[in-house]
Amino acid sequence: MPEKLRATNFDELDRRIVVATQEGLPLCPRPYHALAERLGTSAAEIMSRLEAMVADGTIRRLGAIPNHYALGYRANGMSVWDIHDNELQTAGTTVGALDFVTHCYHRPRRPPAWPYNLFAMVHGANRGEVEEKVAQIADILKHSAGAHDVLYSTAILKKTGLRITA
Amino acid sequence: MCQRRSGSTKRRQPPVDNIDRAIINTLQGGFPIRERPYAAAAAVIGITEQELIQRIERLIEAQTLSRFGPLFNAEKLGGAVCLCAMEVPADDFDRTAGRVNAFVEVAHNYARDHPFNMWFVLATEYPPDIAEAAARIEEATGYAVHEFPKIDEFYVGLKLDA
Repeated sequence: MPEKLRATNFDELDRRIVVATQEGLPLCPRPYHALAERLGTSAAEIMSRLEAMVADGTIRRLGAIPNHYALGYRANGMSVWDIHDNELQTAGTTVGALDFVTHCYHRPRRPPAWPYNLFAMVHGANRGEVEEKVAQIADILKHSAGAHDVLYSTAILKKTGLRITA
Repeated sequence: MCQRRSGSTKRRQPPVDNIDRAIINTLQGGFPIRERPYAAAAAVIGITEQELIQRIERLIEAQTLSRFGPLFNAEKLGGAVCLCAMEVPADDFDRTAGRVNAFVEVAHNYARDHPFNMWFVLATEYPPDIAEAAARIEEATGYAVHEFPKIDEFYVGLKLDA
């Protein structure tokens, strides 16, 4: 299902770097040196591995990972759209570029219960704000979408990240 | 020094000031990979290395930041993720949530207001484990698991403004 498996040159040291940094970088003046010491290698090696991971997308981004709830984005609506197959690429690209859409994916329909094939996550301070943004998407997609719906989250039942074990 | 923080202490959030905002808004990517990266990033914001480190520590403690470091692409690491949904009767929802959450493969789980009312993300180190985990969840709960694997991802930028 994932479109691409790990880069063929992903080795044991890369894996150890992932395990050592997945909860965050050391908060000290020379974090890459601190990692190097912990992993028994050189800082230059750590930095070149991290640069390679950024370059090939293994690291999506490096820096501050905000908690959107703490930033005041209290409402999150998963908007879902039934898009004509031949317009999906254009619709997805357009919706993904909107500044209030934080994730945008093509996923399979599961008929008859689920006719939607485009998922766009919309965050806002409250439901009214999310609804207003979804209305903007609806306007943009009015010629390429059939039905749509918005599923608001009512509770976070569990939230942990992916954990790679050492 | 260099203690890692769990960020799990619940604490009332102190107000976020303009410097915190600058940190959150400018450092959601592109953190330098060089000998003294905090010093380099701090210079851009106009504060000292020490102040940047202390503010990041504080933002993590206050849970304004989930963490500070790399955001990995699970699939590039050889792992797999899959969004799944279940339709669970209201009177069985809590018991089912407990059973679903007990699976280590369940990374996130959200209640949503729709007949498909439980949405969770399976994350596994090896792709074949997704289908297997879904099957075990069906067995443990008695409800069908609908899988919504990502077919295509449309680019989104860095967008959460503080």
